[in-house]
Amino acid sequence: MTEYLLILISAVFVNNIVMVKILGLCPFMGVSRKLEAAIGMGAATTFVLTLASGSSYLINHYLLGPDLSYLTTLSFIVVIAGIVQFTEMVVQKTSPVLHQVLGIYLPLITTNCAVLGIPLLNVQAKHNFMESIFFGMGGALGFTLVMVLFAAMRERLEGADVPVIFKGSAIAMVTAGLMSLSFMGFSGLIK
Amino acid sequence: MRKLYHFHGGIHPPSNKTQSTRAAIAHAPLPTKLIVPLHQHAGEAAKPIVQAGDHVLKGQLIGMPDGFVSSAVHAPTSGTITAIDMQLIAHPSGLPNLCATLIPDGKEEWVGLKPVDYRSHSTAELQQLLRMAGVVGLGGAAFPSDIKLRIGKQKITTLILNGAECEPYITCDDMLMRERAAEIVQGAEMLRFMLDATEVLIGVEDNKPEAIAALQQAITANGRVLQQSKRHEVVAIPTIYPGGGAKQLIRVITGLEVPSGKLPTDIGVQCFNVATACTVYRALAHGEPLLSRVITITGNVRQAQNYEVLIGTPLAELVALSGALPDTDRYIMGGPMMGMPLPSVLVPAVKATNCIIAASAKLFPPPPPAMPCIRCTRCVDVCPADLQPQDLYWFAQSREFGRAQVFSLFDCIECGACSYVCPSHIPLVQYYRFAKSEIRAREHDKQLADQARVRHEYHEQRLEREKREKADKLAAREKAAQAAKLASTRPLTTQQQTEQTEQTELEASRAHIREVAQSEVEHPEG
Amino acid sequence: MLSALLVMAAIAIVLGAVLGFAAIKFHTEGNPLVDKIDAVLPQTQCGQCSYPGCKPYATAIAAGEADINRCPPGGEEGIQKLADLLGVEFKPFGSDTAAPKPKSVAYIDESTCIGCTLCIQACPVDAIVGAAKQMHTIIAAECTGCELCVAPCPVDCISMLVIEEKISNWKWKYPVYTMNVAEAAQTAAGAAR
Repeated sequence: MTEYLLILISAVFVNNIVMVKILGLCPFMGVSRKLEAAIGMGAATTFVLTLASGSSYLINHYLLGPDLSYLTTLSFIVVIAGIVQFTEMVVQKTSPVLHQVLGIYLPLITTNCAVLGIPLLNVQAKHNFMESIFFGMGGALGFTLVMVLFAAMRERLEGADVPVIFKGSAIAMVTAGLMSLSFMGFSGLIK
Repeated sequence: MRKLYHFHGGIHPPSNKTQSTRAAIAHAPLPTKLIVPLHQHAGEAAKPIVQAGDHVLKGQLIGMPDGFVSSAVHAPTSGTITAIDMQLIAHPSGLPNLCATLIPDGKEEWVGLKPVDYRSHSTAELQQLLRMAGVVGLGGAAFPSDIKLRIGKQKITTLILNGAECEPYITCDDMLMRERAAEIVQGAEMLRFMLDATEVLIGVEDNKPEAIAALQQAITANGRVLQQSKRHEVVAIPTIYPGGGAKQLIRVITGLEVPSGKLPTDIGVQCFNVATACTVYRALAHGEPLLSRVITITGNVRQAQNYEVLIGTPLAELVALSGALPDTDRYIMGGPMMGMPLPSVLVPAVKATNCIIAASAKLFPPPPPAMPCIRCTRCVDVCPADLQPQDLYWFAQSREFGRAQVFSLFDCIECGACSYVCPSHIPLVQYYRFAKSEIRAREHDKQLADQARVRHEYHEQRLEREKREKADKLAAREKAAQAAKLASTRPLTTQQQTEQTEQTELEASRAHIREVAQSEVEHPEG
Repeated sequence: MLSALLVMAAIAIVLGAVLGFAAIKFHTEGNPLVDKIDAVLPQTQCGQCSYPGCKPYATAIAAGEADINRCPPGGEEGIQKLADLLGVEFKPFGSDTAAPKPKSVAYIDESTCIGCTLCIQACPVDAIVGAAKQMHTIIAAECTGCELCVAPCPVDCISMLVIEEKISNWKWKYPVYTMNVAEAAQTAAGAAR
């Protein structure tokens, strides 16, 4: 039980997928202008990542085995693409507003390097099924956490007296960099 | 001892009330002219029913209420109406509004008055009488009182009378309570009767011991008039600004909170100012419409005092009675916290005028320059409406009106406590006023746009329908022509047949041309 | 080799089945985006965007054919709202569209009007009352200020009156105050004089 908790904390804070591993920056910068969009995106990514981690473990362990390990990347991408399509349809049905708000970034979860990265990291770390699920969920929760924090800061920056040359993306990048620095402070939390 | 509650925040500015309570209420002499605005109350302006040249009597109706939320306007004294035109009024914009200018003839001839016994009339009849008597809230908002007496399904348990007068410098309600407590108490009973409330609680701040004593005496002395089964009580509340705000007063006395966006009547409470209660008494028991009110003249004057002033008195004449000192540079209508700087001292006194402060650079030094917000949250500590003023300021100054509304911008009562404590001297309330009026203007524009969209869609549908109808008519005519041709029984020679065919074709083409010509007239191309 | 092909084919078939099932179960209708864009536009129906009305312009924006900076009555704010709605960058007015003008209302000079009904047909919101050979007049409350009636009038009797600021439509202005100590002292000294 403690193992799973440690994996979760490690994935959310110490090895935060965006801030420490610097993966998944595209939706992080693109969807974090509004808080509601960020929360929606985080929720969608959590759903996709958890499913993707679980199904990619099953495929890798039972279907591919050691012989067909060269098909890992290909099969993972196909599975992720399918799951993201499914998620998009679910979101469009349940919340057309969120679908509208997320726009192009919803299908772009397919190309989110974090969403491919976590199953591959699972393979590399030789996690079992439950560990994979927890790592996937933790990674996505860390992604959501950081997105929400960043979106809140960007909303504040909207009304702030930012110099003209820094307005918009520039100040966002600076903020993201400073946030990444602060997350480095978590290293050493878990031995 | 009644249990009292607290509202969040509040401040203790210096009260500056003793200057104007030394003398009793004096009667202001008849001014040289009266400028009576027709829009002195919340809601729709009154419609003038007199014209220039008319002679009017004291208390005669000169403005008819127009619309559901509206009130009447009366001539404050007998005289001649010299003009109904745009005059400068006390408004922050400095723009003029429609006013009736009245030159008094000095005779003070009353119009025929009709006192009523309130107990023998229905509430609806009494409300109509108050509407036609021009009775509006005299606490500052000037909301027509007859609307406040309309209650829905909610039972009103408590009628609260607001005698708190929390703002510094203002003492008109204090003096009114000291001198006319009997009228206030009887007016309160009339209001209680109309609302069918169980109890009447008069809230007075504890810095007014004489007023509290006078009211208590009035309640005891008028025992016959008040319905004994209902409780009438004077509640002394702690002195804190803005304890006189309706929602704050209700919370202190009853412990109930009026929910955001709701009215006090939704929780079974209604709140009236003590001066309004006094006016209701005079309107019903004496038949007198609202013609005058008590106004405090204070600040940079020789003799600060309260005056009984006719509505429409130019403020210059009023301030002259108290003797404004020579270094007075501007005048404030209202108190130092929520008052409005007057565009000119020539504007008339209206039903909402409770105080005029003569300001000088010494008395009210100009504020230091404002500095950026440091998010110290001292404003949050004092906000009586439990809001986040620093966030509201942030969103108002960056024009993010959506977020401002999420943070309950419209619950702000604009009391000014936040600006008072801000260490950066930021004029916070100005930002909230700007944001509120901007949001209201946008909602109005959106409403107009939605109406325009509906009209445009109907316009398009109408054109479609007309086109269809024309096509149907043409088809029907052609069918009729065909039927007529088939119906003829005489066998025809080839020549006659050709002639008849030609005839029918000619007729059809003539009909077509007529059709096109007609449509050209109604819908020309281009 | 064969096993690899079989594995990929199996994955593809399973995913295809799941997605096919989902496409039927989670089917949605319509394109609400056009309505959302139309809700943001000011409904002046003036045609300054080079489309015959606000709904056609909204459809063009949704289809990606039109830019968001073509609507002068919406002003810069309208462009910002469209940018927020669509998640694109704000773009200021270009050189091919007119600059935003203050809101105005049309007014017919009744002494010159000849009752030809040309303006009535031109008005996109039916804000002109009248009939052939009868007096025409503008319903000011419904007029959107689109100016489509001004051109067809053969006697040039329609003029656009800017809506002036009255007490009923007055707004508090954006507070401007000085943060500079020296400047503030100067302003105070000037006011005291």
